Amino acid sequence: MLYAAVAAGSFRRYATYRIATASGVFTNTVFGFIIAYTYTALWTARPHLGGYDLPQALTYAWTGQALLAATGLLTGGGMDELQERIRNGDIAVDLHRPADLQLWWLAADLGRAAFQLIGRGLLPMAVGTLAFPSALPASAVTWLLFLVSVALGVVVGFALRYLVALTSFWLLDGAGVSLVAMLLCMFCSGMVLPLNVFPGAFGEVVRLLPWSSMLQVPADVLLGVHDGTGAALALAFQAGWAAVLLAAGRLLQSVATRKVVVQGG
Amino acid sequence: MRVGTRDTAPGARRQEEPDGTGRREEHGFIELDGVEKVFHVRRKAGRLRRVREEVRAVDGISFSVPRGAMVGYIGPNGAGKSTTVKMLTGILVPSGGRLRVAGIDPARERTRLARRVGVVFGQRTTLWWDLPLKDSYELVRRMYRVPEAAYRRNLERCVELLDLGPLLPVPVRQLSLGQRMRGDIAAALLHDPEVLYLDEPTIGLDVISKAKVRGFLREVNAERGTTVLLTTHDLTDIEQLCRRVMVIDHGRLVYDGGLDGLHAVGRSERTLVVDLERELPPIEGVPGARTVKVEGPRQWLAFPAAQSAAPVVSAVAERYPLVDLSVREPDIEDVISRMYAGSTAP
Amino acid sequence: MAEDGARAGAAVRGFGGVAVRIGEGLRAYGLIVAMWVRSTLAYRTSFLLTALGHFAATGLDFLAILLMFSHITALGGFTLPEVAFLYGTSSAALGLADLALGSMDRLGSRVRDGTMDVLLVRPVPVFAQVAADRFALRRLGRITQAALVLGWSLTRVEVAWTPGKVLLVPLMVLCGAVIFAAVFTVGAAFQFVAQDAAEVQNSFTYGGSTLLQYPPTVFAKDLVRGVTFIVPLAFVNWLPALRLLGRDDPLGLPGWVDFLGPVVAALMCGVAGLAWRTGLRNYRSTGS
Repeated sequence: MLYAAVAAGSFRRYATYRIATASGVFTNTVFGFIIAYTYTALWTARPHLGGYDLPQALTYAWTGQALLAATGLLTGGGMDELQERIRNGDIAVDLHRPADLQLWWLAADLGRAAFQLIGRGLLPMAVGTLAFPSALPASAVTWLLFLVSVALGVVVGFALRYLVALTSFWLLDGAGVSLVAMLLCMFCSGMVLPLNVFPGAFGEVVRLLPWSSMLQVPADVLLGVHDGTGAALALAFQAGWAAVLLAAGRLLQSVATRKVVVQGG
Repeated sequence: MRVGTRDTAPGARRQEEPDGTGRREEHGFIELDGVEKVFHVRRKAGRLRRVREEVRAVDGISFSVPRGAMVGYIGPNGAGKSTTVKMLTGILVPSGGRLRVAGIDPARERTRLARRVGVVFGQRTTLWWDLPLKDSYELVRRMYRVPEAAYRRNLERCVELLDLGPLLPVPVRQLSLGQRMRGDIAAALLHDPEVLYLDEPTIGLDVISKAKVRGFLREVNAERGTTVLLTTHDLTDIEQLCRRVMVIDHGRLVYDGGLDGLHAVGRSERTLVVDLERELPPIEGVPGARTVKVEGPRQWLAFPAAQSAAPVVSAVAERYPLVDLSVREPDIEDVISRMYAGSTAP
Repeated sequence: MAEDGARAGAAVRGFGGVAVRIGEGLRAYGLIVAMWVRSTLAYRTSFLLTALGHFAATGLDFLAILLMFSHITALGGFTLPEVAFLYGTSSAALGLADLALGSMDRLGSRVRDGTMDVLLVRPVPVFAQVAADRFALRRLGRITQAALVLGWSLTRVEVAWTPGKVLLVPLMVLCGAVIFAAVFTVGAAFQFVAQDAAEVQNSFTYGGSTLLQYPPTVFAKDLVRGVTFIVPLAFVNWLPALRLLGRDDPLGLPGWVDFLGPVVAALMCGVAGLAWRTGLRNYRSTGS
């Protein structure tokens, strides 16, 4: 199938960047250590902050580093490339392909994320688990749910970045929008600090935004914060945002396509 | 450009800048004597094992180019052309042999030589990608400390001959390939270099841009006496610009002489492509030409490169219903492979 | 014989030559930076927005610290103003280094796409060109944000200020900036060999700065030893700040070590210079 091939191709492509992957693992591990120590200090001063005990907080920290590349929390994932194609007009070629633009890029992004989850996620997670107390689950079901949750998180991340990339059809300089998008993502995903540490109503709102799907929700699934139905609800929350955002992407895409057709590329 | 005879401009400059190494310019302006460049590459052999391999990119090249000459330097991909140019500019340090440009050893005095050299890399720009062309030139002026008057004169001349006027306020990244190349060539000449290296200056250009670039180079060489070393894939560049051509293959110089000699040595051929009104049997009886391919109404006739196309065309037109035609120049790979075939034949 | 003569001549010219090269380099750096600044200011709105974005992005770190302190009164025994002081000095030092040569991590991609060659045919030092490349005024955002936090912390920390202590603050920011700049340079030089290794550099620059934003008491002793003796980031702000705040150094080093910042900065510059030369020489003989 076409999209499977696109995903596989993308996976292989990222797999060829060996030194980049190795240096990424190194960086994620270094940051993991720094964050883990600060969390240790924080949770020692305030045990059970946000409902986590210390091992849970530490596992949260390392999960963040493990998912950083896969869900595209910090980097644009492959979307810089789409943005570039829109800007230089190559997108016109893509639109004439007998494939759906959004699905094509989604497939490519899933392939990329799959590689980065394995290539850049496993090692920091292992190092973190060995060096610090951890709260990794023993149950295979929890791990399975975690993987599903990560996959949904990747889709939500993609859908958000796709929307951002499409703004390039209208904006000459997309740097500003990309920067704001990255800021929102960093802050509202729980990368800066777990969202359940955010105080009051502010915390309530942030936890309901789509970005929480990218780290907070998968991490909570892994940590077993939710019981059976709770976990199902968490996944449904992610799936809901994924559907809404993908639909928004389609809508924006069709408007953009009409614009390209009218202007003749 | 400095308008004047070739003796005043560059000659005067040579007086101002005595050669720091204590050596005078010897026989040629560019001198290579047994120059080598050896790379070591690691190649995968099996799953984990890697072997160190020696690649002789340039394998003992010697030549000499006098001041003011315009020389073609050609060869197939990976033959060592770019490596040679990189050594001539001091980007790469030779592994062996002796190399001098204007009496300077480029590897040891790269920055000093840089003021006297202009380089155009066909594939990548020397301009600042995000800045308007005009700003790039301004930066070149300051970097090379070009006197204001000379800068203005040179820029005006380039703008006029290369049609750069409307492009000056445009950021380089928005220029088309042809526009960018013209911009690059101008940038390489603003500081009145004594020698100009051009690496594929017409690659990917349309016919009009090519003609413009060639005309300009001819003029620069004739008026200013700039020494030009031209690397190209396009034999037409060589034909129209250079009287002397050097061919490099597998890191060795395999030919150094006139272009006619090259054609004779290689027995290279041009091709006349004709479209006839309808499918016909292969064309016969055209003196000096033979039909090499037939595809529907289209036929290909090969004839010696040194021979004019006119008699072949008229011979065909006389006896066949001609709709359209074009002439294809022999390409360099072709010439060189024929040269080899010629030299190894008993 | 002629070769020997030339070499001896070069040795005599040595020091003057170095001075001339540094002068040339600074001039070229200034030229390129001025060009970028001019072109940035041509799009004023875009510049203001990205500067603001940069300001906000770098502020997130501090927001995290504020959020932490909404639950606690001391982190690793340090109060909020004290942590803010560490944050301000570390972030300002990194900000200055980032402003001066923050584009150096693009060196690897320059080597890969061949545009490195272009820099080598110009008559000005390559280092100046790489350092000034894409000079981004928006990086003032980080410096502004760090300065604000630092300014606030200075009004709140409990220090008996003397002229010497006042002077120590700008000195540590400056030395810190030089140390970070040296780290940027070593990282860039490493990319001559490993072109895709840009991210390793981030561990030491951005990662290092994040580390230094928190008190050393938070971290394991071995980690603190590592950033004191191996990659001497501790001299950016930890050691002088501990002295200023009247805190004990967790490693128990002698007191005079706290003032070694300038010496360490100079040493790091030497190391960076060597690394850069080695990297460039490697490029010129292998041609990547």
